[in-house]
Amino acid sequence: MSETIPNQSDNAKRENIKPSRRNVFDFIRQQPLGSVGIVLIFVLMLGAIFAQQIAPFNPEDVDFEASPAFGGGAPSLAHPLGADAFGRDILSRLIYGARTALSIGFLSAFFGCSIGAIIGTSSAFFGGRVDLLVQRFIDLMLSFPIIVLAIIVIAIFPKTVIFGVDVNVIVAIAIPFIPKTARVIRSQALAVVTLPYVDAARTNGFSSVRIIFRHILPNVTAPFLILITAFIGQAILLEASLSYLGLGVVEPTPSWGLMLSGVNTDYYRTAPWMIIYPGLAVSIAVFSFNLFGDSLRDWLDPKLKL
Amino acid sequence: MTNSPLLDISNLQVEFKLKNGVVRAVDNVSFQVDRGEFLAIVGESGCGKSVTALSIMKLLPKRVAEIKSDYVKFDGQDLTNFSETEMRKIRGCRMSMIFQEPMTSLNPVLTIGDQLTEPLITHLEMNAEEATKRAVELLNMVGIPEPQKRLSQYPHQFSGGMRQRVMIAIGLACEPDLIIADEPTTALDVTIQAQILELLKDICSRMGVAVIMITHNLGVVAAYADKVNVMYAARIVEKGKASEIFASPSHPYTIGLLRSVPRMDKKRGGRLATIDGLPPNLMAPPSGCRFQPRCPMSTDACSEVPFLSNRKGSSKHSVACFYSEDALKKGSSIYVSDKEIFEPINVKKQAPLLSVRSLKQHFGVSFRSGWLSSISGTVKAVDDVSFDVYPGETVGLVGESGCGKTSVGRAILHLNLPTGGQLEFNSKDLNESSIALVRQDMQVIFQDPFSSLNPRMTIGEILEEPLKVHNIVTETDARFERVGQLLTKVGLYAYMRDRYPHELSGGQRQRVGIARALCMEPKLIICDEPVSALDVSVQAQIINLLEDLQRELGIAYLFIAHDLAVVKHISHKVIVMYLGKIMEIGDGETIYQEPKHPYTKALLDAAPIPDPKIERNRKKIILKGELPSPLNPPRGCVFSSRCNLATDDCKEIIPKLINFSKDQSVACIKVEEVN
Repeated sequence: MSETIPNQSDNAKRENIKPSRRNVFDFIRQQPLGSVGIVLIFVLMLGAIFAQQIAPFNPEDVDFEASPAFGGGAPSLAHPLGADAFGRDILSRLIYGARTALSIGFLSAFFGCSIGAIIGTSSAFFGGRVDLLVQRFIDLMLSFPIIVLAIIVIAIFPKTVIFGVDVNVIVAIAIPFIPKTARVIRSQALAVVTLPYVDAARTNGFSSVRIIFRHILPNVTAPFLILITAFIGQAILLEASLSYLGLGVVEPTPSWGLMLSGVNTDYYRTAPWMIIYPGLAVSIAVFSFNLFGDSLRDWLDPKLKL
Repeated sequence: MTNSPLLDISNLQVEFKLKNGVVRAVDNVSFQVDRGEFLAIVGESGCGKSVTALSIMKLLPKRVAEIKSDYVKFDGQDLTNFSETEMRKIRGCRMSMIFQEPMTSLNPVLTIGDQLTEPLITHLEMNAEEATKRAVELLNMVGIPEPQKRLSQYPHQFSGGMRQRVMIAIGLACEPDLIIADEPTTALDVTIQAQILELLKDICSRMGVAVIMITHNLGVVAAYADKVNVMYAARIVEKGKASEIFASPSHPYTIGLLRSVPRMDKKRGGRLATIDGLPPNLMAPPSGCRFQPRCPMSTDACSEVPFLSNRKGSSKHSVACFYSEDALKKGSSIYVSDKEIFEPINVKKQAPLLSVRSLKQHFGVSFRSGWLSSISGTVKAVDDVSFDVYPGETVGLVGESGCGKTSVGRAILHLNLPTGGQLEFNSKDLNESSIALVRQDMQVIFQDPFSSLNPRMTIGEILEEPLKVHNIVTETDARFERVGQLLTKVGLYAYMRDRYPHELSGGQRQRVGIARALCMEPKLIICDEPVSALDVSVQAQIINLLEDLQRELGIAYLFIAHDLAVVKHISHKVIVMYLGKIMEIGDGETIYQEPKHPYTKALLDAAPIPDPKIERNRKKIILKGELPSPLNPPRGCVFSSRCNLATDDCKEIIPKLINFSKDQSVACIKVEEVN
């Protein structure tokens, strides 16, 4: 019987080693930009976790002498990044603000994208009438401006706070992400659904739930991760908008979005540091999540393993 | 000058510099092409055929590819030091190329006319009017009806075969001396392949154009080539006149290639000769003879590099093997010992395992035809198809693409719900709800080994999943054991369970696909073109594996394929389909010996036999035209629009399948008359 593959039998022993698990060093070597992203995210997270230890001031301490209204507030030794209209230390507010930004950004993007991905793949898998109905519902959702949608959600649900996190704001931000993710994921899933391995799963008599979760969802992780990382940035911005409207985080809780809005904007000519540093913080956060997302996608794709 | 060869290549060598090493894709290749000659380069994929062709045209990306050679003389001029500008004058004008994929080798946003006149205007400096006139001539020459009208159409308005004709017309536009055709018919159906190759051969011999055709289809080579170069792992291992190579193949690789293809003209039975293993990785090729690791005749002497040397008594036929005379003498016996040639499996007639009765699969389609109007219609992908599959039997299902073979398979598996007819499996009625009960007994193997395995799961997880989900093997250890057994059974190694699909070759993946089908111990496997994406040597391995498994486990196969020779080799019973209907059904041997339906005859004629002596003396009916649109099939007999025997009756009466003899039924009203 020529069933064996002699050519490989020699190689067999040599190759009979489990493909080595790739470690952190491989990641740094292969994804330098992604590593930069990770480091930045790590710094942000550390800042958020150890805010109490790091921050030089209490973010809510008001010191009118340091306010630009009284000629103070410029970056100095005491206030390295300056102080805001109420004379609160900007560095401390930024560090505490990372807490708000990361928790709301990450949680809302994660929940929004996950639910959206499940809806999108199911819609593609079942097809036909189900797909049509789901897609029209998504059209409906997409036709609302994000802010309006968020306001509706906040108006409907009573304010709930769990572990110091405002669940309402998270839900309000997550819901607009659902239809967007569902759209993108569905288009990817439509291509996957027609592939023979999905047919093979069906001929093996697997349940729809199993096929969706085991065979389709893992194969749409690339766009999923891209979306999540992009939406974390968006969520941080959305949180700021909601806060500005008085629907999200409320003063005096430090939030990057809040720092960019409100009375602080009146000082942008005389005290630009009040806008620049929170703006930078948002940009760096968004940028590092995007870098990380891109390289994570490459890394998770088994076809690109080296 | 006229005596010197048109193309003379000496020591061509192409290296690709990649991130993780250097790949020498072409190594010391020398050959000549005379004017008007038809040279075929054959070999498995990845052996350097296409790269050779591209490097002659200097079409390889300069950044990664380094081409070295003593000389590449084209019509006396050495192309080695030609600049890009000089090459541009030669490309498309004196030397042109036809690519494999007619769907993507024409620019979709330009009309056929634009693309056809472009080389005429740039190279021959014609004005628009002259160029259009010439373009019409060219389209006429390649057999495209109403050329004037066709010029203003876009590629998507042409079928695959028509596009390949247009490609040939573009290639011939400037009356070149040499045409390089890279697998020009691989993407086409046999009947269209025959049309295109006849056309190419005919035009080129009339115009005195030399052709280099790259192909893996030995039948095509036998039918048309004057000379053959056999390539293996970047080197030429054998070259000579086609007649000599086919009559006395002297390199073990050539012998293997020739013997691993099932032959339509031979009686059924026995195993195919297979070349074990896979072509080497060119990043680290074996030293010495590159075929040595796979060669059944290799000895210690093979660690030296064998150079091409002429065979005794022939100045044209040369072989790169130390044991060529020995190999020639032994022939295919170096691969298959006599013991391994056994009788085909006999099927005991019992109750049918699967019985299909007037199966229908109609798809409603609608598409926009204007701003607000749309056209809707029905495609009868499968229309009134009935047949039985007995336990342990292989039923072959053949036909051109678009004839509904795959739809039959999918309807049986309920991947698409059939729109009509009855299906019975194991004497149980099959419908949407009862299908779940027989899922485990009915499995499928797909065509494309690349997309039939979930890329995010390891081989072990893929094979384990059904065992786990259906509680067939509940214990983890037992499952582990079982997966190992399955892998060994299909000729892989148990340690491969930790691999991901992309880490395996196409053939290995197809074996995993088979293992997945086997793990539920099915009674019937629907094989949807299981070998058509594989190289011939691997194809033979898979066919042998399928036959061994059938012998051992008594599985029945419904074998869907377009390769007539493969179907003939493996099937007990054969069904010939055309536009959703069965044209002929019956015992395989009988159908291939005495086809009764005009379509079966034409199909068999179109498939070339890999032996120039037989192939060139066959009387052939070459089918005209192409498959009609399934949206608007001919009334009466669906084949009537292409049948050379069709009369007015055929256009009105829908023929029924009539028993012609005990084991042959034909759907043709003229069957008595014709035969």
